[in-house]
Amino acid sequence: MNFYKDVTDKSWERKGLLEDLASEPAFAAPPQKVALVFFLGVATVIFSLFTVSYFIRMELPDWTPLAEPGLLWINTALLVLSSVLFQWSRSAIRNRQEKLVKLTVIGGGLFALAFIAGQLAAWRELSESGMFLAGNPANSFFYLLTGIHAIHLLGGLWVWSKSSLRLLSGGTSEEIRLSVELSTLYWHFLLLLWV
Amino acid sequence: MAYVPLADQEQELHHPHSWVTKYVWSQDHKVIAIQYGSTAIFVGVIALVLSLMFRMQLGFPETFDMIDPSSYYQAVTMHGMIMVVYLLTALLLGGFGNYLIPLMVGARDMVFPFLNMLSYWVYLLSVIILLASFFVSGGPTGAGWTLYPPQTSMIGTPGHGMGIILMLVSLGVFIIAFTMGGLNYVTTVLQARCRGLTMMRLPLSVWGIFVATILGLFAFPALLVAAIMMTFDILLGTSFFMPAVVEAGQALDYSGGSPILFQHLFWFFGHPEVYIVALPAFGLVSDVLSTHARKNIFGYRMMVWAIIAIGGLSFIVWAHHMYVSGMNPYFGFFFATTTLIIAVPTALKVYNWVLTLWEGDIRLNVPMCFAIGFIFTFIHGGLTGLFLGNVVIDLPLSDTYFVVAHFHMVMGVSPILVLYAALYHWFPKMSGKMYHDGMAKWHFWLTFLGTYAIYLPMHYLGFLGVPRRYYALGTTDFIPESAQHLNTSITVAALIVGAAQLLFFINIFWSLRYGKNAGSNPWGATTLEWQTPDTPPVHGNWGPELPSVYRWAYDYSVPGAHEDFIPQNTPEASEPTVDTEHFDPDHDSSKADI
Amino acid sequence: MALAVVLLLLIVGSVIFHFASPWWFTPIAAEWQSIDFTINVTFWVTGLVFIAVNAFMAYCVWKFRQKEGHKAVYEPENSRLEAGLSIVTTLGVVAMLAPGLFVWATFVTVPEEATDYEVVGQQWQWSFRYPGADGILGTADTVFVSENNPLGVNPEDPNSQDDVIVNGPEMRLPVNQPVRALLRSKDVLHNYTVPQFRVKMDLVPGLVSYQWFTPNLVGEYDILCEELCGIAHFIMRGRVIVEEQADYDAWLARQPTFAETQSMAEPNVAAGEQQYAACASCHGQQGEGNEALNAPRLAGLQDWYVARQLRYYQQGVRGGEGDPMGQMMAPMAAMLSTDEAIANVSAYIGGMELERSPATLEGGNIDNGRRIYQSNCAACHLPDASGTWYTDAPNLAGMSDWYFERQINNFRSGVRGLHPQDDYGEQMVSMATAVANVQEIADVAAYIHTLAE
Ligand code: HEA
Ligand code: HEA
Ligand code: CUA
Ligand SMILES: [Cu+2]
Repeated sequence: MNFYKDVTDKSWERKGLLEDLASEPAFAAPPQKVALVFFLGVATVIFSLFTVSYFIRMELPDWTPLAEPGLLWINTALLVLSSVLFQWSRSAIRNRQEKLVKLTVIGGGLFALAFIAGQLAAWRELSESGMFLAGNPANSFFYLLTGIHAIHLLGGLWVWSKSSLRLLSGGTSEEIRLSVELSTLYWHFLLLLWV
Repeated sequence: MAYVPLADQEQELHHPHSWVTKYVWSQDHKVIAIQYGSTAIFVGVIALVLSLMFRMQLGFPETFDMIDPSSYYQAVTMHGMIMVVYLLTALLLGGFGNYLIPLMVGARDMVFPFLNMLSYWVYLLSVIILLASFFVSGGPTGAGWTLYPPQTSMIGTPGHGMGIILMLVSLGVFIIAFTMGGLNYVTTVLQARCRGLTMMRLPLSVWGIFVATILGLFAFPALLVAAIMMTFDILLGTSFFMPAVVEAGQALDYSGGSPILFQHLFWFFGHPEVYIVALPAFGLVSDVLSTHARKNIFGYRMMVWAIIAIGGLSFIVWAHHMYVSGMNPYFGFFFATTTLIIAVPTALKVYNWVLTLWEGDIRLNVPMCFAIGFIFTFIHGGLTGLFLGNVVIDLPLSDTYFVVAHFHMVMGVSPILVLYAALYHWFPKMSGKMYHDGMAKWHFWLTFLGTYAIYLPMHYLGFLGVPRRYYALGTTDFIPESAQHLNTSITVAALIVGAAQLLFFINIFWSLRYGKNAGSNPWGATTLEWQTPDTPPVHGNWGPELPSVYRWAYDYSVPGAHEDFIPQNTPEASEPTVDTEHFDPDHDSSKADI
Repeated sequence: MALAVVLLLLIVGSVIFHFASPWWFTPIAAEWQSIDFTINVTFWVTGLVFIAVNAFMAYCVWKFRQKEGHKAVYEPENSRLEAGLSIVTTLGVVAMLAPGLFVWATFVTVPEEATDYEVVGQQWQWSFRYPGADGILGTADTVFVSENNPLGVNPEDPNSQDDVIVNGPEMRLPVNQPVRALLRSKDVLHNYTVPQFRVKMDLVPGLVSYQWFTPNLVGEYDILCEELCGIAHFIMRGRVIVEEQADYDAWLARQPTFAETQSMAEPNVAAGEQQYAACASCHGQQGEGNEALNAPRLAGLQDWYVARQLRYYQQGVRGGEGDPMGQMMAPMAAMLSTDEAIANVSAYIGGMELERSPATLEGGNIDNGRRIYQSNCAACHLPDASGTWYTDAPNLAGMSDWYFERQINNFRSGVRGLHPQDDYGEQMVSMATAVANVQEIADVAAYIHTLAE
C-alpha cells in the first residue's frame, strides 16, 4: 500500500469502489504473516528495552563485566545452523522436494533444541563458577536476556513441532508451507536478536 | 504468490452448536466484546466503590473508622490501577474494539477468532489474579499505581509481600491478553476491510482504536519489562532497580540499582497508555457527534492525521511525569517542549469537533449530550495538562491535588462520558432495543454536573498545595481550615455521582426487557454496522453477501440526496455527488427532499 | 437548548468560582516570583481559550439545534481555517512555553554564591547536615548508618568531622542567602517540599539530587514529603525556620559536629542505678510498674526513648493539660538536673531485664488486634513490637496493657503528641486513628501482649 497516497486521499470527493487505492488487504500477504510481523515488532521492543536498561545500568558504579563461557560460541553456531536449515527447507518447499523438506525442517528444529540445551549447560557452567543470578548486575542481565530469548524460541518450537508432526504423518509440504515460511522468518529474527 | 483478498474468500467460521459454545466459549467477536465489556464494567464498579470509600475518609476524617492508613493506600492504588488498565483499556479496546471493528470494516469476524476468544479468557484470568490479591495476607499492594521501587517491596508499604507479586503477575497476564487481542484488531483493520473500503473511508472510531492498539502493542512491553525485572528484584534478590537501602535500621543486601530506570520504563508505557484510552474515545465521540449533528465530521483528514501525530508524539513525552524525580534536570527542556507540542494536534481535534456542530442540525439525544459534555470536560482537563507540562509550573504543582484533578478531568471523566455516549449510541444495535430516555437524561445530568462539581474544586486544593496520596492532612501552617469544606463537598458530590451510576445499570436491564424495538438504524447513521441485515447482528454479520463500500463514512445532509444521510454501501449511481467544498442548502436551488 | 444554557452557566460559574475562591497559592517566601509569573501567563492563555472555545460551542448548540425544515451544511473540510487555527494555537503554546523554559534554565543552574546544606530522608523522618567550618560536606553512604551515626556520614573522611549534624526534623536557614539543598535518601523515594519556596525535588536512594532557592522572608514553614514513601508518608513532616544571619549563626554554633556526636561520654550505669532508687518507689525495683500508682512498666524501654521522654517531662512537652498522671511525673523528672543524669538513669533502665507484665484487660480479640497491628503499627514498631531507633519507635512488647490503653487514648484526644516540641508524638496522633474504638484498643493490647516472649 502507498501509505502517503492513502491517507491524503480526499475520500469524500470520489464515489465508487476506487480500485486504485488499498481497499481490501493492505498487504498482499496472509493475515498470519502480517500478525507475525507485528508480533516481531513487539518482541523487538521488549528486547531493545532490556538492552537499553542494560546499558543504563552499566553506567552505574557497581558494574563488573562478565566473562562469557566459551560454550556460547558453540550455541551460536547451533542457532545459525538451524536458521540455515529452515531457509533451505523454505526453498525446498518451493520446488517440491518432499524428502529434503522433511529433513531440513526436522533438522532445523532439532538444532534449535540443541541450542536450548546448550544454553542450560552454559547456565550451569556459570552458576558452578559461582556467578549466580543475584551475584552482580551483569550476571542478572545475562540470565534474564538469555532466559527470555529461550522462551521465545520455545514458542517457535511449539509451532514447529505441530508442522513436523504433520509432515511425519505423511502430510504434503503444501499444508505446512505457511507455518514453515513463518517459522523461517521467526528464526532469522531470533538469530538476529541473539547476535 | 497468487493472493485471494481475504474479504472474498469465504472465511470458515467456527459455527456454535450448543448454548455453551454460543455464549461462553464463543468465538463470535460480538459475544467476546460483551464478555470483555461486562467484566471491565464489573471491576470498574469495584474501583468506583473503592474511590467512594477513601473519599469518605478524606471528606469526613475521624468520623468513619472503616478505613485505616494501610487500607487507604491499598484502596487508592487498586482504584487507580483498575480504572486505568482493567476498566478503560479493556472496555475501549477489548469491548468496543471487538464489537465495532469487524462490523465497521464489513468483515464477518476478527481474522483470528480463536485467538480473540483466548484473549478474553486470559484477560479474565488477570482480573481474577488481581482480585485474589485482596484476600492474601497483607492485602493488595499499597505502593501507588505507579509501583515505584524501592518502596513497593519494603516493610513500610502495605501489601509488600504477596500483594505486589500478584499485582505484577496480573499485569503480565493482562499484557499477554492485550497482545493477543491487539494483533487481531490491527490485522483485521489492515487485511479484512471489505471491497471499496479504503483507509480514508474508515469511520474515525476505527482509526482511533487502530492507532491506540498499535500504541498499546509497543507501549505495554515497557511495563512487561519493568514488571519482570522488578519481580526478579523481589524474588531473586537481583539489583536492577534496588539501590543500597536501609530497612528498619538493617541494610538490605541490594546495591547499585536505579529506581529512576524503573520510572523511565514505567512512564514509557504510562504516557502512551493515557493516549491508549484517549484515542479510542476521540474516535468514538467523533462518530457520535457527526451522526447526531446530521453533519459530516469537519476536517476528516486533519482528524486522521492528528490521531497519527498524537500517537507518534506520545512516545517522546513520557518524562514529563518525572520533572521532579531527581533525573537529570536538563531533560526538562526537551520533554516540556514535546509535551506542549502535543497540545496542537489535540487542539485541532477539539476545534474540529466544535466546528462539526457549526451549521449542523443538532439532535440533542442522550449520546449527543454525553459527547458535548465530553468536549467541555476534555478541554478543561487538557488545559490543566498544559500547566503541568510547562516544566516550571510543575515544580509547585507536582504531586498535589492539581495533578489528581487534571488526570481525573481528562481521564476519569472525559473517556467515561464518551463510554456512556457510545454505550447509549450503540445499545440499540447491540440489543435491538431503545434505552429509556428519561432515565438516561437524568443519568447524564447527574454524571456531567456531578463530576464537574467533584473536580473543579479539586484544582484549588492543588493550588493551595494539598499533597496527593495523603491519608489525612493533619495541621499545616499554610492550608486554611476551609480546605476541609472543599474536601467534604467533593466527597458529597462523589457519593451522588456514584449513586447516579445505578440509573445506567437499571436502564440497561429495564430496556432489555421492556424497551421498544429500535429498528436497524434508529439514528440514521451512514456507517456499515447500522446496515446489517438483522439487528442485533447474527454470527457472521452479513448474511450471504459481504457489503461493498462506495463512499466515505460521513455523507450526511448531502445536497439533493433523498435523505439526510447516505449509507456507505449505497452505490454512487443511486445518489448525487457534490463537487463544491462548501455547500449551503439554505441557498440551494435543488431542494430535492424538503 | 437547556444544554447550551448549562454550558454557558458552567463557564460563568467557573470564572466566578475562580475569582471568588479564597483558595490560592500560599504567599511566596523565596526568590521565585518568576515561577508565579509563568503560572499567571499560562493561566490567562488557557483561561481565555477555555472561555472562547466553550462559549463558541454553547453558541453552536443553541443556534444550530434541530429545527423544522432546517438542514445541515455539507462541508468536508476547510484547509485555510484549519491552518489558521493551528497557527494561533502554536502561538499560544509558544507564549506559555517560552517563559517556562527560560525560568527552568535559572532553576537548573545554581549560582556560585549559593551555600550547601544536606537533607536526609528516611521512613518517616527528616534530618539535616551542614558543611561546617570547611564549607565541604563529607561523603556519606548507607553502609555507615548506625544508631549513633544515623545519617551514615563517612567517619574516615576528614571533611565530615566538622559537619554539623541536625538529627531532628527542625532546620534553619539564613534569610536572603541563596542556598542549594543536596537531597539524599536512606531508604525509599521522598520529596523535599516547602510550599512557600515553590520548588520541590525527589530524594532518591543511591544518588544525590538538588534544588536551589533564596528564602527572602523571615518565618517558620512546614516541610512536607510529597512522594509516596509508605504508610506514614502523610505524617513525614519537618520545620524550616528562616531567620537573620546572626541568629542563624548562633543556632548553628549550638549544634553538635559529627566528631562530637561520635565522642559522647559513656553513661555511668552505676550512678544511674543510684538515682533510680527515687523512681523505684512508684515504678518498682525491676521497673515492673504499679497500676495502683498509675506508674507504667519501664523495663524493656530503650534508653534513647526513656531519655527523650524524661526531657519532654522536664520541658513540659508531656504532662501538660488534661494529663493528670503525666503532671505527677513532671516534677520527678525535674529532679534529674543534668543531661548526664538523664543519660545515666536512661542507660540503667534501658538495661533492665524482665518478663512481660500480666494482662489486665479482658475481651481483646487477638486476631483483629494482629490485623490492625501488623498492617499499621508494625511499619515503625516492627512486626515483633520490639521497636527501633531507626523509626524512633519504642518497644511495645510486654508493656503494661492498661498503660498502652491510656496512652493511645491520650494520642487520640490530642492530650499527648500535639505539643510543638514533640517531634515524634504528632505521628502517633495520626496513626492512633488506626485503632478506632475502645474494643480495638483492647484487641491490639491483647495481641501485643502475646508478642512478649
Ligand atoms: C486520558 C488521559 C490523559 C490525557 C489525554 C492527558 C493529557 C495531557 N497531560 Fe496528563 N496525565 C494523565 C492522563 C492524561 N493526560 C494521568 C493519568 C496523569 C497522572 C499519572 C500519575 O501521576 O498518577 C497525568 C499527569 C500529567 C503530568 C505529570 C504531572 C505530575 O505528576 O507532576 C503532566 C505534565 O506534563 C501531564 C500533561 C498533560 C498534557 C500536556 C496533556 C495534553 O495532551 C493535553 C492536550 C489538550 C489540550 C491542550 C486541550 C485542547 C486544546 C485546546 C482547546 C486549545 C488549546 C489552545 C492553546 C494551547 C492556546 N499530565
Ligand atoms: C479512569 C480513571 C479513573 C476514574 C474513572 C476515577 C474515578 C474517581 N476517582 Fe480516581 N484515580 C485514578 C483514576 C481514576 N479515578 C488514578 C489513576 C488515581 C491515582 C492513584 C494513585 O495515586 O496511585 C486516582 C486517585 C484518586 C484520588 C487521589 C487519592 C490520593 O491521592 O490520596 C482521588 C481522591 O479524591 C480519586 C477520586 C475519584 C473519584 C471520587 C472517582 C469517581 O467516583 C468519580 C465519579 C464516578 C464516575 C466518573 C463514574 C465512573 C463509572 C464507572 C467506573 C463504572 C463503570 C464504567 C462504565 C459503565 C462506562 N481518585
Ligand atoms: Cu517521605 Cu513521603
Ligand atoms: Cu503523561
